Amino acid sequence: MDIDKDKILISHSPHLWKGFSTTKLMYMVVIALLLPMGAGIYFFGLSAVYIILASVITCFLTELAIKKFRKKQFVNDGSAVITGILFALVLPPRMPIWMVVVGAIFAIAVVKEAFGGLGHNIFNPALGGRAFLAVSFPQQMTTWVAPSGFNADAVTTATPLGQSFAHEGSKASLYWDMFIGNTGGSIGETSALLIILGGIFLLAFRIIEWRIPVFYIGTVALLSYVFGSDPLFSILAGGLMIGAFFMATDYVTSPTTSNGKIIFGVGLGLLTVLIRRFGALPEGVAYSILIMNAFTPLIDKYLKRKPFGFQKKEAA
Amino acid sequence: MSIIKKRSAFAGVKLPENKITEEEPVEKISLPQVAVIPVQQNIGAPCEFIVKRGDTVKTGQKIADTDKFVSAPIHAPVSGKVSRNKQVLNPVSGAVVEALTIESDGQDEWIDMEVIQKIADIDDLRQVLAMIEKIPAKDILGKVREAGLVGLGGAAFPTHVKLSPPPEKKIDTFILNGCECEPFITSDHRVMLEFGRHILLGMFIISQVLKPENLYIAIEDNKPDAIEYMHRLVVEMGLEDKVDVVSLPSRYPMGAEKTLIKSLVGREVPMGGLPMDVGVVVNNVATCKSVAEAVLEGKPLVEKIITVTGAFQKPKNLLARIGTPVSELVDYCVLQDRDKYHVILGGPMMGVAINDTGYPVTKGLNCVLIKQGKAGREQNCIKCARCVAACPMDLMPLMYPKYVKKGRHEECKQYYISNCIECGSCAYVCPANIPIVGYIKTGKKKIADKK
Repeated sequence: MDIDKDKILISHSPHLWKGFSTTKLMYMVVIALLLPMGAGIYFFGLSAVYIILASVITCFLTELAIKKFRKKQFVNDGSAVITGILFALVLPPRMPIWMVVVGAIFAIAVVKEAFGGLGHNIFNPALGGRAFLAVSFPQQMTTWVAPSGFNADAVTTATPLGQSFAHEGSKASLYWDMFIGNTGGSIGETSALLIILGGIFLLAFRIIEWRIPVFYIGTVALLSYVFGSDPLFSILAGGLMIGAFFMATDYVTSPTTSNGKIIFGVGLGLLTVLIRRFGALPEGVAYSILIMNAFTPLIDKYLKRKPFGFQKKEAA
Repeated sequence: MSIIKKRSAFAGVKLPENKITEEEPVEKISLPQVAVIPVQQNIGAPCEFIVKRGDTVKTGQKIADTDKFVSAPIHAPVSGKVSRNKQVLNPVSGAVVEALTIESDGQDEWIDMEVIQKIADIDDLRQVLAMIEKIPAKDILGKVREAGLVGLGGAAFPTHVKLSPPPEKKIDTFILNGCECEPFITSDHRVMLEFGRHILLGMFIISQVLKPENLYIAIEDNKPDAIEYMHRLVVEMGLEDKVDVVSLPSRYPMGAEKTLIKSLVGREVPMGGLPMDVGVVVNNVATCKSVAEAVLEGKPLVEKIITVTGAFQKPKNLLARIGTPVSELVDYCVLQDRDKYHVILGGPMMGVAINDTGYPVTKGLNCVLIKQGKAGREQNCIKCARCVAACPMDLMPLMYPKYVKKGRHEECKQYYISNCIECGSCAYVCPANIPIVGYIKTGKKKIADKK
């Protein structure tokens, strides 16, 4: 009996695949994001739920519509869901829903799909959307409320990085509030604890690599100390934690080599501290990441790895 | 001297082993009625046939040779009549090569095999060793070449060339490679368990030629019985002062020369270089067995131990004559009924999928694997850099598909595409299921064509 030729398949080696697909990987990130998402809902209540839902649904539908329009196959790889969640997490808790929808459309349509879709975008879509809203609706984008859970009447407040921020009580209680997330700020950025737990989940399953978050947070702590501000306050405040673990580690927009990741992390830390200290804005995480995103192709080009058996004379 | 443990010194990947035939003793498959012999079975220059249609040949008779140095002669695997010339597609190189067929007379009548010195009893190892010490290196090299030996681990590089480094390259280390890091394949494992004496004698013969100071036997720790047995033989032969048996972690591609040398002796073969550039020669265990057979018994390379595995009812390790059509091996092991499958020559990581099972067993073949098709289609690269982390050659594999698709081969060179050993670790871990190695092969070919 000879093998039926119709049954024979031809493909390139290797003929073995680990089977850990892009889709599985993306949904692992979604699982990790449940933690900061939960914190956002706990501290900021129903409006957080509505914003997250609006953002995720808009992102998903926008991607679907664009793929249909461009006659490309839509792959439900979970990347649009991640962008939707991340975008919601970096918005203020009382953002009007229609503005959320506009921002989410911009994030997917312009920042991601206009560049060719997943894998081709230069900038982090969620942060691109956030930057778009920040220039379009500056007032709503800087209106913060104190955490009040599902209690509807929230009072406006300043974030820890704001100039008018004041905290009653001991320094230890301030750190504790910032650590668990009981301060004003974007929906998902306030609870360092749950973001770090999500980050540990991603590190444990090797979804992300330690270099970017460690060098980013480390650089911010060190430079804050050098500039005479409180390092612990600096790393707990603002969007640093969520930026370091969930945004800066975005594969598409960050360097691929170990050395590249270190430079990327240090560059992020430097920019964040400079913007916070010398810029007109209280917070610089989002813009730091967007700026370093732009440098990623350069870092990958000029920081090639030295291959096995590399010898100096061959470079000449 | 006890067994030494070493760590891996490269990235690579951990693979599911699937060594389903590791307990299957080598079985001899009957001679083919018609043997198909392609004229090129080694890396380097092809041979030319020195017999023609209608000639009668005996088993072991030389039927093709060349005066080129980097080549190895080919011998008749069966006795019978040369029936016709034809052309076959070499699925590995993609080239169409000359081949001839020999119709077996069923007698398997061998040529008279010349030996340098008759051995009374191969089991009297010390006596054999004393005898080997008297054979001049020149005679050993002559025998190895005349027997048509090539690297049997898959690369099929002519063995006598490997054993003749230029005088300025001082070889201080010889490594016997028993790693067999590809999943599924167990032929080297079985060779070690069943022909351990021949392997060690072959190693000793090679060390007569190269005179290295250090001799290593390197085996992955997923073959503890082989490590144990080879160590016992070393002690039995009284070689424990000269030979180190090393257990290495089962990490792919441990059996590749460069990664093995790095893990074992910490030396990096320079880019574009050969192991001899760092004073090392590596030979596979099956090759060493054949060296012993060639030198001590005068036997040319006409048969091979091949793992026939995967979707079979009776997967096995087979001893088959070169020239046996792959289809006969497949029939012998009884295929499972499946919808679609890949027929792969070699292991799952580096093997080549063929669509014609009439292609014969050649010197370099060590496995026939039947595997179900790989699911999924190529998606966008998300730059997750898992390929970068997995690459044992420290390359950035994600760059190659990107640039090859655009025809920008200059960029591929800047990312050292020629340093790729095509082990497939990158594509194995790629979440986007990109056939990276396919792109690399295309890129390398385009660059070579331009020259």
